[in-house]
Amino acid sequence: MNLALVFEQLLNGVQFGVMLFLMAAGLTLVFGIMNLVNLAHGSLYMVGAYLAVSAIQWTGNYLLGVLLGLAGTLLVGMLVEVVALRTLYERDHLDQVLATFGLILFFNELVAMIWGRTALYTELPSWLEGHIEIFSGSRYPLYRALVIAVGLGVALGLWYVVTRTRLGMLIRAGASNRTMVAALGVNIRLLYTVVFGFGAALAGLAGLMSGPIYAVQPGMGELILIQVFVVIVIGGIGSIRGAFVGALVVGIVDTLGRAFLKPLLGTVLSPTAAEAAGPALASMLIYLLMAVVLALRPEGLFPSRGT
Amino acid sequence: MLRKSTRILVAGAIGAMFAAGPAIAQQKLKIGFITTLSGPQGVIGKHMKDSVEIALDQLGRKVGGLETEVIYGDDQAKPEVGLQVAEEMMKKNNVDIMSGIIWSNVMLAVVPAVTATGRIMVGANAGASPLAGSQCNELYFSTSWNNDESPEAMGKFMQEQNINDVYVLAPNYQAGKDMVTGFKRYYKGRIVDEVYTRFGQTDYQAELSQMRAKNPKAVFVFYPGGMGIQFLKQYSEAGLRGQFPLYSVFTVDETTIPAIKHAALGQWEARFWSQDIKVPASQKYVADMKKKFGYIPSFYGAQSYDAIMLIDSAVRAVKGNVKDTKGMVAAMRKANFNSVRGKFTYNVNHHPIENFYLLRAVAGPVGQDPVMEIQRTIFENHKDSYYQDCKMKW
Repeated sequence: MNLALVFEQLLNGVQFGVMLFLMAAGLTLVFGIMNLVNLAHGSLYMVGAYLAVSAIQWTGNYLLGVLLGLAGTLLVGMLVEVVALRTLYERDHLDQVLATFGLILFFNELVAMIWGRTALYTELPSWLEGHIEIFSGSRYPLYRALVIAVGLGVALGLWYVVTRTRLGMLIRAGASNRTMVAALGVNIRLLYTVVFGFGAALAGLAGLMSGPIYAVQPGMGELILIQVFVVIVIGGIGSIRGAFVGALVVGIVDTLGRAFLKPLLGTVLSPTAAEAAGPALASMLIYLLMAVVLALRPEGLFPSRGT
Repeated sequence: MLRKSTRILVAGAIGAMFAAGPAIAQQKLKIGFITTLSGPQGVIGKHMKDSVEIALDQLGRKVGGLETEVIYGDDQAKPEVGLQVAEEMMKKNNVDIMSGIIWSNVMLAVVPAVTATGRIMVGANAGASPLAGSQCNELYFSTSWNNDESPEAMGKFMQEQNINDVYVLAPNYQAGKDMVTGFKRYYKGRIVDEVYTRFGQTDYQAELSQMRAKNPKAVFVFYPGGMGIQFLKQYSEAGLRGQFPLYSVFTVDETTIPAIKHAALGQWEARFWSQDIKVPASQKYVADMKKKFGYIPSFYGAQSYDAIMLIDSAVRAVKGNVKDTKGMVAAMRKANFNSVRGKFTYNVNHHPIENFYLLRAVAGPVGQDPVMEIQRTIFENHKDSYYQDCKMKW
């Protein structure tokens, strides 16, 4: 276990973390501000991936396709908010869970009907293929490095919007006390639609970036959604900062656990016991972490102020 | 009062309808077919369902001469859901016979529930080892293989090639363990490390980094369905293709090639069947699949096609009296049908004795995806390693 490998695994963790963050940021805002449990967030991730793949094929230009995919997901998100979710804000969480679960089924089937059940082929443009050399002998795929850069850039941008702009002020105010914001004459409906649309676009961004790495297929969103919920619970519901820290922690803990838990256990346990316990424990690690955070800080690491 | 009596009348009428239902259903054969139709693994289910439909088409929609209804169920790749679907099919739809199932963990949950009701289960993919050995059952038949067998073939091939220092990766569930056990039964060289990943995992970068640090001579993996797509993409993306030769089972096939295209080229696989096998029944099946559904079928489909044909042969043998379970079992043991693998013989544990081939993904027609092609036979009339634990006598 040398230092270069640990560093590379840390990078892998950060890359997984920023992916989770892009998903979690939108979800936590929707949860915190609108008090809406949106299980269909993973569907928007899937829609983003599919729209981008189609747009890239259609335009033949990677960047243009990505932009179209993003815009498309934003529109789909806003449409979903206006058509389906608007009626759910006043209902209790169980109704929301039921309705948004229905949306998952709807989107999965819709995608399967339009694009088929077979996973789509996605290709990287040649300028994104290849590796960067970090240490001698330690290569890191260029595309994954780019994902990290984009994720951190988005985090920075979100931080600026949320803390330095009027829209951000409204978002924070909405997360603290919705009734008061509405009473002050802010069009809370429009704010909701805008926030939801942005959340959808972020999920779409995660989805389209995941395309060349993962399989673009119906139901791809649900594979990542559970981890995103863990991130939000750890970070604190409604908090962007919490989502960022939570996502990085989950990403790094999960990756390092998968990589090093078995060898570490092997130093204290017998090889067969480590063989059995390592993978099992590694896949539980983030849930154990969540349980610990819940026990010590039930509000999460960075609870959004007010309720 | 009037309203109440009307209500009773309506209730009576509805009751009569239900009572009349099963009487009509008697001449009909109902098959419950469970597979995964939704989510990331839904493509496998599509291949299986489409193949069942082709089998039905070829039989004129009459299995064993009986009007046939196939009820498809979606197990979402989860054992508890599969069990629930099976219970519903048996209690609500009153199916005569059950078939399908992709995943070993689902199979292990469903088989006891089905056989406990006295119904026959024809497994069309999963080959969990307990069901071939100690837990073998009169009422359970497989038209696929035992999990260990394909990796046994690959292990034998790699052993013959004198490949040493192999890195092994598989998902952490029943079949993953079975595959590695099978591989090690015939591969006797050094194994650098055995890594089990979470079932349904999407990102393998951490495992790939670990692997590269260990610098193995070759890599052996089992990643079915969506997991295989992700693994192969990331393997190629990480530039490992040229560095560590990859050998696999159930990873590169007709369900995953459309998504990975050139990343599949040159890939070695071991399997009991391939779309290019020179067997008349198979050639007809492949042609019909291409014609009706426009794609090259996978082994998942071929096994499902065989499952329906096996049921057909048994129902014919008992002259449509599907309640004659003993007769059906006896007929199934003979496996008197034209299988896509050629001659079909059952071992004592109701698992087929069959050949295993070395396959390779080669370039397809210009502008099309790579295709799987048989290179040579690794095992002839191979029996699984568990049948001696099976107490069945016949």
